[in-house]
Amino acid sequence: MHEMAVTEDILRIVTEHAGQGGASEVTDIYLVIGELASFVDDSIQFYFDLLAPGTVAEGATLHFQRVQTRFRCRICGHEFEPAERDWLCPECHALGGEVIAGKEFYVESIEVR
Amino acid sequence: MSETNLSPSNRVPVVERLLTANEEVAADNRVQFHQRQIKVGNIMASPGAGKTTLLLATIAAMPGRKIGVIEGDVASQVDAEMIATTGTPVVQINTGGACHLDAPMIRNAAKALPLEELELILVENVGNLICPVSFDLGQDFNVGLLSVPEGHDKPYKYPGIFEAVDLVVVTKADLLPYLDFEIDTFRTLVHGLNPDVPIFVVSAKTGEGMEDWVAWLETRLGI
Repeated sequence: MHEMAVTEDILRIVTEHAGQGGASEVTDIYLVIGELASFVDDSIQFYFDLLAPGTVAEGATLHFQRVQTRFRCRICGHEFEPAERDWLCPECHALGGEVIAGKEFYVESIEVR
Repeated sequence: MSETNLSPSNRVPVVERLLTANEEVAADNRVQFHQRQIKVGNIMASPGAGKTTLLLATIAAMPGRKIGVIEGDVASQVDAEMIATTGTPVVQINTGGACHLDAPMIRNAAKALPLEELELILVENVGNLICPVSFDLGQDFNVGLLSVPEGHDKPYKYPGIFEAVDLVVVTKADLLPYLDFEIDTFRTLVHGLNPDVPIFVVSAKTGEGMEDWVAWLETRLGI
């Protein structure tokens, strides 16, 4: 459900940046979303199709770059992507780690003309 | 028109985080609560994990504390009515379908609470282990509840919440003898994500572990 608010936020950011550059049309929007950020691509696309018409981003293509969760081992410092049911560090076999990637959620760039 | 179409696209870097509007309101909520010396706890768990039951037991166990409650649910006043029977000030937020509370909802709900009389507000978030974590409310601390019937492997499936909380409360501990919940495995997984977080094993029904939870809350209030 919250993807509607998120999509409104995307449009706000995109409109601001397009306006600053004097662009008349936004053709592509590049989003970066971490695995742990609770947002669904399809749902953002759904609300985008509803909300974008009449804005500078009407007809723009959404690109979703998903970022996998990464741990940094607290014992040996090794960085790794945890598997679904295996959080052991491949180097030292300690379990878990500090989450260093996977929570990203931002508009990375836009293409305008 | 054709001229526009012929001109090349230009990539414009943005790198702007989403949902900052919520974070701005949350920061303001935090200031408002701190000015009144109110501590706010955000309680997150699955539906049916025992959030309301723990709140009722907490209210009963802390008679000297001026507690207010904000209840978040998709629909109904059921939880707020239960809390209200204790005489505790309570506001029910119905999100109308949204799966989490956000900072503007808390700002509005707080207006309906007698803030000048309160020292602790416990917010019961919408039952959900996923999205509430992504929305700052202006709280001082996050508490994650996991009930024994949900299973000890939940941190694998919902790492975000177990990483974000300041305290984990395992609820319905009175059911431990009847279920295959491996408390040590659960502790290991949670501490793999969040090494210093305390984990209390509590039964609001029998009172087991309640003193740990109440003592932790008292510490948060800065006795």
